[in-house]
Amino acid sequence: MIRSFGPAEFTFLLEAARWTLVLSLCAFVGGGLLGIVVALMRVSRNLVIRSIAAGWINVIQGTPVLIVLFLVFYGLPFFGLRFPPLIAAAAGMTIYASAFLAEIWRGCIEAVPRQQWEAASSLALKPAQRMIYVVLPQAFRLAVPPTVGFMVQIVKNTSVASIIGFVELTRAGTLMNNVTFQPFWVFGSVALLYFVMCWPLSVMSQRLERRLHAGRRS
Amino acid sequence: MPVVVAKDVRKSFGSLKVLDGVSLSVNEGELIAVIGRSGSGKSTFLRCLNGLETPDSGKISVADHELAPGEDALRALRQDVGMVFQSYNLFPHLTVGANIELAPRLVKKISRAEAADIARSVLAEVGLADKYESYPEQLSGGQQQRVAIARSLAMRPKVMLFDEVTSALDPELTGEVLKVMEGLSRSGMTMLLVTHEMAFARKAASRVVYFHQGRIHEQGPPEEFFGAPKTPELQQFLGAVL
Amino acid sequence: MQSLVFADVWAQVDTLLSGLVQTVWISAVAIVLGVFIGIACAVARSADSRVLRAASTFYVESMRNTPFIVQLFIVFFGLPSMGVQITAVQAGLIALTLNLGAYSTEIIRAGIEATHRSQIEAGMALGLTRRDILLHVVLLPALEKVWPALSSQFVLTMLASSILSQISVEELTSAGALIDSRTYRSMEVYILLAGFYLALTMVFRLAFDLAGRVLFPRRRAVGARR
Repeated sequence: MIRSFGPAEFTFLLEAARWTLVLSLCAFVGGGLLGIVVALMRVSRNLVIRSIAAGWINVIQGTPVLIVLFLVFYGLPFFGLRFPPLIAAAAGMTIYASAFLAEIWRGCIEAVPRQQWEAASSLALKPAQRMIYVVLPQAFRLAVPPTVGFMVQIVKNTSVASIIGFVELTRAGTLMNNVTFQPFWVFGSVALLYFVMCWPLSVMSQRLERRLHAGRRS
Repeated sequence: MPVVVAKDVRKSFGSLKVLDGVSLSVNEGELIAVIGRSGSGKSTFLRCLNGLETPDSGKISVADHELAPGEDALRALRQDVGMVFQSYNLFPHLTVGANIELAPRLVKKISRAEAADIARSVLAEVGLADKYESYPEQLSGGQQQRVAIARSLAMRPKVMLFDEVTSALDPELTGEVLKVMEGLSRSGMTMLLVTHEMAFARKAASRVVYFHQGRIHEQGPPEEFFGAPKTPELQQFLGAVL
Repeated sequence: MQSLVFADVWAQVDTLLSGLVQTVWISAVAIVLGVFIGIACAVARSADSRVLRAASTFYVESMRNTPFIVQLFIVFFGLPSMGVQITAVQAGLIALTLNLGAYSTEIIRAGIEATHRSQIEAGMALGLTRRDILLHVVLLPALEKVWPALSSQFVLTMLASSILSQISVEELTSAGALIDSRTYRSMEVYILLAGFYLALTMVFRLAFDLAGRVLFPRRRAVGARR
């Protein structure tokens, strides 16, 4: 039975959009926690620790998100771990986000001028104290714009979770299209909903970036 | 009693010989002005004295600490040796007061209240008592540099190193910084300055040292040094800068 | 827990290789076309005409704030519904190109805006035409400056081509899914796929680095600034 695309169908999409937001939040929180660890490992003076972190980042950044999700969803049952789509999607997105956030944050740590590290060392601070009290606070300020910008990527990439069956906004669109056969209405609405979720974040990120550079010119 | 002893210090960056056998002895309470052309090795030598650079060979001992690699040894040394940089390097995310209290609290494990007292007193010494709550970006260059001096002073060092601390300042702001440094010297602090301020060196230094091509080419008390330079290189240098 | 057995999968490696070839040439075409779109729209973004500026802004912002898979579905499902017959490969190419075009626009525009005003004034003082100034003083240095960022975006486009498997384009990921359905060795297949994509990433990065040296001889002479 073919339905026509109307308000009821749009509401269905809207409800699925909530799951997009849920998955995005999980990915950001999980990926953020893991990302901090990886970022700190990446700037460690220990070669082994640094290499492990670099390996993690490079492998994940060099693999499509889809493959990461497939590995979690289709591959892990091999180890006896069978996850429902939401958990698999959250795990996969966490892994994906952790690599990119770690790389962003590493860049911010390294962007703190060398002289700040030297001044802290000259005051006889321990490396951990130097990191916690001098470097990380300044790196944090630098990190806000690109992190907000990456949140946009997270929201968009949750769409890939539709492929493993998780019913977020894109999957809802596919289901809807199979029932209404009105792809422009369906996917147009889907695109619009993503735009509404992403665009404010994009604008905020650009604004933060401008403010940061204006302040730093002193 | 020599507070700083350097024997035959050598350092190269790749094929460039920056320090070519530097030996220097500094007694307590002396103010040593180090002058010379850019690239003559003066800043590199200064940075060797608190371990920011490691010499390829030679021995250095500062304030009874033998300079050796090793994080703990270096940190112990840096509690007795203060350094002030050309670009002040204040921590932009902390207030002036917090900048000064940070190291005493974290390194010497002093209580918050005591650290605050120390901070206020060194700030008063450099004439900025009213800037305790300000942020570095709200201060002029000269004020920031004085805060940087206060920050090092708060650790009660035995020796203080100054790396071209007035070079980045507008001319009218250097006076206030030099005044503070003069006061420090009069109170007995052992100081080594890399500087271009010849008038200040002439007035306040116990000894002036001329670096040329990675070695100490000539040194002596200011009247001799500036009035009757012995070597032609120093004569030429003074002729160009004075 | 079973053990990983790659033999079954490896026996079908020629399927994977033909998928790999598809991925490479589809990415290559999208990259070339996408760069041209990027240059055109970047110039349009700084143009005098308000209409041009608005149009390119609309294009860029709508591409960058919606997921690629949705863009792909709009092209693949939407165009036929309007009576336009296209194959899956054509739809995939169109979507990839439009997507890359938008990101390239932003990257190139940043490079253009980083050109100092004094450069343009020097060009004007020498009597160069606006076109010459744009091309030689603004555009080429901008491209050189943003080449690393552009290269990263190209790699991302190649990785995004994996999504084309969802509209039955026979590229690397769909080859993997096919082998998975034949052998049931999911873990092995997807590990292998990850390995292939990693290798592709490295090869692409190397290729773009070399291309950069050829296209921008100054970098060869002076050395990369970063």
